[in-house]
Amino acid sequence: MLARIGVASLDELFADIPAAQRLEGLLDLPHGASEMAVERQLGALAQRNVASGSVPFFCGAGAYRHHVPASVDHLIQRSEFLTSYTPYQPEITQGTLQYLFEFQTQVAALTGMEVANASMYDGSTAAAEAVLMAHRLTKRHKAVLSGGLHPHYAETIRTLSHMAGADARLLPADPQADEDIMAQIDAETSCVVVQSPDVFGNLRDLRAIAARAHAQGALLIAVFTEVMALGLIEPPGAMGADIVAGEGQSIGNGLNFGGPYVGLMATRQNFVRQMPGRLCGETVDAEGRRGFVLTLSTREQHIRRDKATSNICTNSGLCALAFTIHMSLLGAKGLRQVALVNHARAVALAKKLGALAGVEVINQSFFNEFAVRVAGDARVLVERLATAGVLAGVPYARLAPQAGLDDILLIAVTETSSDDDADALVAALAGALPC
Amino acid sequence: MLNNQGRPTQPEKASAGHRTFTGNRGLQMEEALIFETGRLDVTGVDCEVPAPFGARLGGLERRAALDLPGLSEPEAMRHYVRLSQKNYSIDAGLYPLGSCTMKHNPRLNEKMARLPGFSDIHPLQPQSTVQGALALLAELGHWLTTMTGMAAVSLVPKAGAHGELCGMMAIKAAIAARGEAATRRIVLVPDSAHGTNPATAALIGFEVRAVPARADGTVDPAAVGALMGPDVAAIMLTNPNTCGIFERDIVAIAEIIHAGGGYFYCDGANFNAIVGKTRTGDLGVDAMHINLHKTFSTPHGGGGPGSGPVVLSARLAAFAPVPFVRAGATGLELVEHAEGQSFGRMSAFHGQMGMFVRALAYMLSHGADGLRQASEDAVLNANYVRAALNDVMSSPFGARPCMHEALFDDEWLKGTGITTLDFAKAMIDEGYHPMTMYFPLVVHGAMLIEPTESESLASLDLFIMTLRDLAFSAKRGESERFTGAPHLAPRRRLDETRAARAPKLRWTPPVPVAEAAE
Ligand SMILES: Cc1ncc(COP(=O)(O)O)c(C=O)c1O
Repeated sequence: MLARIGVASLDELFADIPAAQRLEGLLDLPHGASEMAVERQLGALAQRNVASGSVPFFCGAGAYRHHVPASVDHLIQRSEFLTSYTPYQPEITQGTLQYLFEFQTQVAALTGMEVANASMYDGSTAAAEAVLMAHRLTKRHKAVLSGGLHPHYAETIRTLSHMAGADARLLPADPQADEDIMAQIDAETSCVVVQSPDVFGNLRDLRAIAARAHAQGALLIAVFTEVMALGLIEPPGAMGADIVAGEGQSIGNGLNFGGPYVGLMATRQNFVRQMPGRLCGETVDAEGRRGFVLTLSTREQHIRRDKATSNICTNSGLCALAFTIHMSLLGAKGLRQVALVNHARAVALAKKLGALAGVEVINQSFFNEFAVRVAGDARVLVERLATAGVLAGVPYARLAPQAGLDDILLIAVTETSSDDDADALVAALAGALPC
Repeated sequence: MLNNQGRPTQPEKASAGHRTFTGNRGLQMEEALIFETGRLDVTGVDCEVPAPFGARLGGLERRAALDLPGLSEPEAMRHYVRLSQKNYSIDAGLYPLGSCTMKHNPRLNEKMARLPGFSDIHPLQPQSTVQGALALLAELGHWLTTMTGMAAVSLVPKAGAHGELCGMMAIKAAIAARGEAATRRIVLVPDSAHGTNPATAALIGFEVRAVPARADGTVDPAAVGALMGPDVAAIMLTNPNTCGIFERDIVAIAEIIHAGGGYFYCDGANFNAIVGKTRTGDLGVDAMHINLHKTFSTPHGGGGPGSGPVVLSARLAAFAPVPFVRAGATGLELVEHAEGQSFGRMSAFHGQMGMFVRALAYMLSHGADGLRQASEDAVLNANYVRAALNDVMSSPFGARPCMHEALFDDEWLKGTGITTLDFAKAMIDEGYHPMTMYFPLVVHGAMLIEPTESESLASLDLFIMTLRDLAFSAKRGESERFTGAPHLAPRRRLDETRAARAPKLRWTPPVPVAEAAE
């Protein structure tokens, strides 16, 4: 090979690396290991974690444990899906393009919006991009963020806004969903960002907020972290939302310690040219047959560069496929049923917990996650229960230590939590709480 | 019929000639959308039916229609298997997309990522219950900082562009900390840069200024010197660059930027060419993202997910985002809330764990020796392809060695009436995925070929012979092999103009005949 290239040694090919910076020896890292040795090493690390399926488990707060049918993981591991690139050559990527078109249709239907894009990194980054999109649409720079927003989402939005020179005002944590966000909307407001179910689990009626925002020329951005809820609750599109940004992990995707997940973004048709991310559209080929392509690319970085709507390139393709397949298996009927089971189990657990001394359920409404006020610091309680083999939920103070809500514990219940799990939580809590 | 951009304008007759009743052609199946075949009363999942209970939805029950049909498991399997068969993939063939690094994705990585101890843990479980996961983050960070010789790493970013954002936000925070936020507003970006570079800089309010390239495709330190000033925040430079060339004056460029009070962001998408050959930190870089989905073999998944950790110099380390892992009193701990100079949080949770496991499995498998060899083989393969095509195609920067990818322009197609797009589409008929086309923008009709280290000599030789055959055919003026191509793929060329003119971005039910007539 070297002869055909016309060099005497491999080193000649690296001659452009300045001599003083060229590495002669090996990096100070181990030598390569066999497949078996790597399995042993990583297996040992995996062993040191408590898998959610191995204990009574109630953590949510933006990531949810649901049952994903075995066929989903099988299908997404097909080489043709797993090991292909972004569908830039549509003639030989119709498989990817067609599922993206199905994904966009499903997301639009679930959220009650007209169009959805082909995915964002996750819910939090989708929310941050939605805010910048609203600024472009309204030509204003002030966002108002609800105190019911997941603190990670609020921080993500604020970091990006701050860096982009825009203003994002966050209201105080709002566990009872009784903030007066409408009073914050004025003629300079670009958008209001409201999450439902909110981080405490409360369901929020967005209609009046949308009306007030629209009256001031502002947009309503609706956020969710639990997409499963949309099987049971009124979608944001039906309540006047202009942009919807949410986390799609619950459908098709496992917990994975926080990623990769799949960001969902949907909006109105007439806003689509300001939308970030890839879009798949229908067209025909040279023989007149239906086919799909990536479209409206003049919004994107590879065409528009510094004038693009976003810098996003690689997105969450395979996670979107998992979402699409799981959603296709569920159908509206299955989604509604699973969502109903989630809700039923949450209602039953809330009732049992509410009967415990030292535990108060603070929600008026919820889907599959609710907040309880416990005696003492919820972080300490959760650690104590973990030692007893129960993962009881997420202390709100872990997300927002400064909020003064150290006694709030977020508890999520899905179709995967059995009656025995619920009983174990109730018993463990009863034992751990001073009464 | 094709328009002057090579896009179809009106229907042609089926090229295969042989008509079938179903529209299928042997194993090539026509597949409807699920919305056209699924039924609203079907679901493919088992689900218990709860006993009646009092809902607590606060009057917000869904009233809006939800017209999503369901599929049984066998229907879903068939539908998605058939869709998959319309896709090209690395597992099926050479995938020479320059800059994208379509290398083999070892299946051990997939197996490891699916261990329940990694795949089935929650990001907000008590830290005492995820010590193995935190150890994995620390271990991956150790490999990345060692390979690059950098002070710190943030594992948070979710892809390359998100890594760019992370690095540039750290730079912006560092500049603000110096009290220069109002004055240093310019970021220097060569025209050859990937679109994400200028898009990232602009997203956070920087003004992008172009840096011209020399005739040999690299950046001239003198050109950087001429642009450098107290208004410049940073340079974003790709190395090896998007023309597949190592920026030989990178150290001098770093010195000019630093002397002028700026920061050096390096786009590390092409790090796969130089692992173990040189260290980023030794070159004077302040921040660089690494696409785990390129250099470290995590699968591209049809467009994602990726992972784009950013390594940082000592000057920028303090500005890194949260969360990160550090050693605490009782084991490893995650720092989840910004302290000191950290610029804060840029996404929920801790990064793309699923990708971390895969990348670390690849690193452990290869080791210091194997990683270096992978880079060497990638460069060897690219040069082999370049040398073997050099006499029939044209190189914008002459017959000089390249790094991991070989760049050609369309000079050699002049007068044939055949474009880079046509040539690429003809490769499809030969069973190859085309190379990256029309990128970098600085080269006319660019064709960027990255074979990666995964290809055997036999595979490279067949690829080379195929491209030579196509090239001779183009020069002989056999334009029908190109201008109508592809003839044999699941679809002929698609009408992109039509897709963009009246965007149809979701399925909608067909309008009933009676209504349509009104
Ligand atoms: C040179 C270069 N920079 C940046 C990127 C962006 O990376 P990502 O797609 O992971 O966001 C890419 C890849 O697409 C690239 O090739």
